[in-house]
Amino acid sequence: MNFSEVFKQSNHLCKVSPDGKYLATCVQYRLVVRDLSTLQILQLYTCLDQVSHMEWSSDSLFILCAMYKRGLVQVWSLEQPDWHCKIDEGSIGLVSSRWSPDGRHILNTTEFHLRITVWSLCTKAVSYIKYPKACQKGIDFSRDGCYMALAERRDCKDYVSIFVCDDWHLLRHFETETQDLAGLEWSPNGCVLAVWDSCLEYKVLLYSLDGRLLSTYSAYEWSLGVKSVSWSPSSQFLAIGSYDEKVRILNHITWKKIVQFEHPATIDNTKAIVYKEVERRPAMVSDELSLHNITMSPTLLSTQSKYEICPLPVHIPVVKPEPDRANPKIGVSVLAFSSDSRYLATKNDNMATAIWVWDLQKMSLAAVLEHTSAVRCIMWDPRRPRLALCTGNSKLYLWSPGGCVSVQVPAEGSFHVQSLNWHWSGDSVILLGKDQLCLCYMDTDHEEE
Amino acid sequence: MKFSTLVADGCTATMPESSQVKDARRCSVECRTPPLSQFSQSSLPLHRNSHRLSTFCTEHNLQECLSHISQEVSLLGLSSGWTESDSGSQLNVVAVLNCMYDLIQLHHRSLRTLENMEIEQLKLSSNMDFLKINNTHLKEEVEVSKRQNMGLLERERQLQLKLKSLQNCLKNEKEEVQKLQNIISSRACQFNHEMKRREREFTKLKERLNQLLADKKDRKPAIDVLNNIGRADGKRSLWKTEKTEAKHEGEMYRTLLSNYDMRQREMVLENAELRKVMHQVKKEMVSILKSRKLIPKGENYDHNDTQAASDEDDEVFDPSKESLELFCIDAREKLTNSIRLQWRRLKSHVERLDSQVSLTQISESNNDDVVPRENHEEEMDRLKMEIQRCKDFIQKQQQLLQKQLSCVCNEDSVSLQNDGYMLQEKKRLGEEWKSLEEQRKSFERERRNFTEAAIRLSHERKIFEEDRGTWLKQQFLSMSPFGNSKQLHVPKSASALLIAETEVSAPMGPETLSEWQPDSASPIPRSVSLTSSSAADLECELRLIPENGVTCSSSKHRKAEHFEELSPLCKNISLRDKQWRESEDLSNYSLTPEKSSSI
Repeated sequence: MNFSEVFKQSNHLCKVSPDGKYLATCVQYRLVVRDLSTLQILQLYTCLDQVSHMEWSSDSLFILCAMYKRGLVQVWSLEQPDWHCKIDEGSIGLVSSRWSPDGRHILNTTEFHLRITVWSLCTKAVSYIKYPKACQKGIDFSRDGCYMALAERRDCKDYVSIFVCDDWHLLRHFETETQDLAGLEWSPNGCVLAVWDSCLEYKVLLYSLDGRLLSTYSAYEWSLGVKSVSWSPSSQFLAIGSYDEKVRILNHITWKKIVQFEHPATIDNTKAIVYKEVERRPAMVSDELSLHNITMSPTLLSTQSKYEICPLPVHIPVVKPEPDRANPKIGVSVLAFSSDSRYLATKNDNMATAIWVWDLQKMSLAAVLEHTSAVRCIMWDPRRPRLALCTGNSKLYLWSPGGCVSVQVPAEGSFHVQSLNWHWSGDSVILLGKDQLCLCYMDTDHEEE
Repeated sequence: MKFSTLVADGCTATMPESSQVKDARRCSVECRTPPLSQFSQSSLPLHRNSHRLSTFCTEHNLQECLSHISQEVSLLGLSSGWTESDSGSQLNVVAVLNCMYDLIQLHHRSLRTLENMEIEQLKLSSNMDFLKINNTHLKEEVEVSKRQNMGLLERERQLQLKLKSLQNCLKNEKEEVQKLQNIISSRACQFNHEMKRREREFTKLKERLNQLLADKKDRKPAIDVLNNIGRADGKRSLWKTEKTEAKHEGEMYRTLLSNYDMRQREMVLENAELRKVMHQVKKEMVSILKSRKLIPKGENYDHNDTQAASDEDDEVFDPSKESLELFCIDAREKLTNSIRLQWRRLKSHVERLDSQVSLTQISESNNDDVVPRENHEEEMDRLKMEIQRCKDFIQKQQQLLQKQLSCVCNEDSVSLQNDGYMLQEKKRLGEEWKSLEEQRKSFERERRNFTEAAIRLSHERKIFEEDRGTWLKQQFLSMSPFGNSKQLHVPKSASALLIAETEVSAPMGPETLSEWQPDSASPIPRSVSLTSSSAADLECELRLIPENGVTCSSSKHRKAEHFEELSPLCKNISLRDKQWRESEDLSNYSLTPEKSSSI
């Protein structure tokens, strides 16, 4: 495992181009594009203000930089550095900006969700979509980029509009049976749309592409409901995490629950392996290299840590949420399927230090990773069943079915990993600190094996 | 009281005891104060009073005294032994003494009685005291319990009161809850209403804002692009027409359809997989059943054997058929049914085995002493050795196989298996061929015999004709035409038939049949057809003999009887034949609906 030197970034704006060749980072009002293999600067663009959002177009030719405060969007071309495009939303304001899947349109959401403006870079044409709903996830493009589903609110009722992204033709428009729609998400095969209600009501609706209601699922009533929803990459499973600290998996044939994963504070499942992060003083230099611990050349001040396999039963520290606060810190908020749909990683908010990995073939708990501090971000390798996670300290944690590793990031000064991003090849991870970033190169396969 | 009654009816003196008591009492009373009434009865009350302190009797009133005493004594019920009349002044001392003694006795008795009475009196009075005390105690208790009762009643009353108040409270609370619920629901309603109103206002505001912003001159939304860029796919954008709309619809349905197609394909694949598994399971079950039926074969010949044979037949027929109609509903049903059947058989088999095992275990436990442990161990060792040997053998075989495989690397295990099956098949066919060859030979022989017989017959006929000719001639010559011609004719034909019969039964002998038996069932129908053809041949041959049609059919019958009499093996085979025909019939039946369903 190797690490690159540390680069500056701001606002966690650091993205790899979809073709995997370039790395774009924003430093204040500057946009820097590097070649990912050499990390040499290829282009440097200067925006009008501090960039608040940055995004690659799907063909890796353009980069969008949004400055929400000024209601501005600037687009840069990688091929023609002198080409420029500036979109001004005017005094109506801007809260969100994104590319359409074809990379030729920009969708801007105005303040107060007044409308969505669709700007075409091909024709300079502008079109509006009225009544977008301000919610958790009100807009989603299908994986193949053909369709866009948009949540709308009209006359105190929820609607879903399905657009053809090609020419923004409204394909379907239907009312949903929700009190207060909170989000929607396409299945990876683009044929089913999952729609869920706000947390006040446990309700998940499944619509076909042509607007037919396929199924409705509700696990319970009168309690806080859905917290997170995620499709498996194979579109076979729909995982629903809820405030009752459980994950329910629906199948794609009958849309009924096939299994329910609970997150008990005491783990006595003998099939699961519990890894616990144990910190050690730097003075006690690593005297042995255990199977599950690879210590890198440690910096002087940081503490070392390693995973140890805990004998069962294990008690996971639980933080009791305050009952009189809104959005209590309880329930499953993070659901992530591995790329082969074999594993599901979850995080229960009142046990923020633990990550649970479930085996979907055996439908059982495979591993639990307990850390010394709360987990910030988890990400699956896009190619292999390998999970990377960070807890806001200077370490990178990796889990695979074979075992668990914690790696010290050998950066000078304090580099606290707050977020991470896999390269699509699975060969490297981009680690994001507060205002820095660093690349971590994984060992290639044959070395691993 | 008893005492008083006794005193009261003392005068009546009906019972001797009571009278005694009365007497005693009277005596005791007399001792203290002699009643005046007694003296008033007597004629000398004053006299007695005057003599009271001095003496009772003086010389002067001796007589009176005497009479008085005698009176008294007689009153007391004693016999006064003396009388005034008989001796006047002279007292009969003896009688007096007796009387005195009696009196003393009486006195003693009365004293004793008195004592007893006093004791009894004491007892009774103590008893009385005790009872009194007891009574007071009980009274106290009653008092206490009464008080307690009162307390409890009071408490109950209080509780009742409390309950009533609580009930009231509950009612109030319920009402409160109802009220609150109503309030909540009304609030919720109000809230929803407000929400909607606000939302409507919000949207109105949004509209207005939108409008205002649109009307506003200073900073309009604008795009500033250096030059337009082409579409990602290089095509030009199309006008929105109905055609494009239709196209979009079409595309949408295409994606949906392709998705359903894919899913269906997956399911078909899964189904095929499952069916394969079922086949496998069935095959394995059949093989298990087969192996179990081979064991009892050696021990006892019963109907099990034939059943096994029929199973084998099923097995031989099934796979080819089912591979042909893999997706037919009938085939599926048949498969599931057959699997169910096999499973039932297997289950019953396993149960039987279980029972057998338990039986043997019991018997073993009974005969535990008979078979020593060493024997077991020896046996175990021997078996282990054997297993080792077998393992080595298998390993060697595998090595050889590997070597062979490495030589012919493009052939996989399936083809190898097929080769194995082919070899087996070849071997089987060879055996069949051999048996057929033998049959053929025997038939050849038979035919020769027949031809010989025919030749002989024709020869005989010729001779017979000649004989007849000569005989007719003789008859004609002797001029007596209808004598005993039939008597000559019949025995000859019968003898010819006898020869034919023996020749037919010869090839169907038990030794040839027993050779067919271990084979798989396939040659049997052919053998059946052969026998039938031989019968036809026989008929043909027999038709050579004139005026013998009826006897020929009867001979066929007899042949069948002959079959049945041959041996149990033969019987088995005929049974098997029958089953074969049945199974063929069944297969015919099962084939026809399949055809119809496929159409």
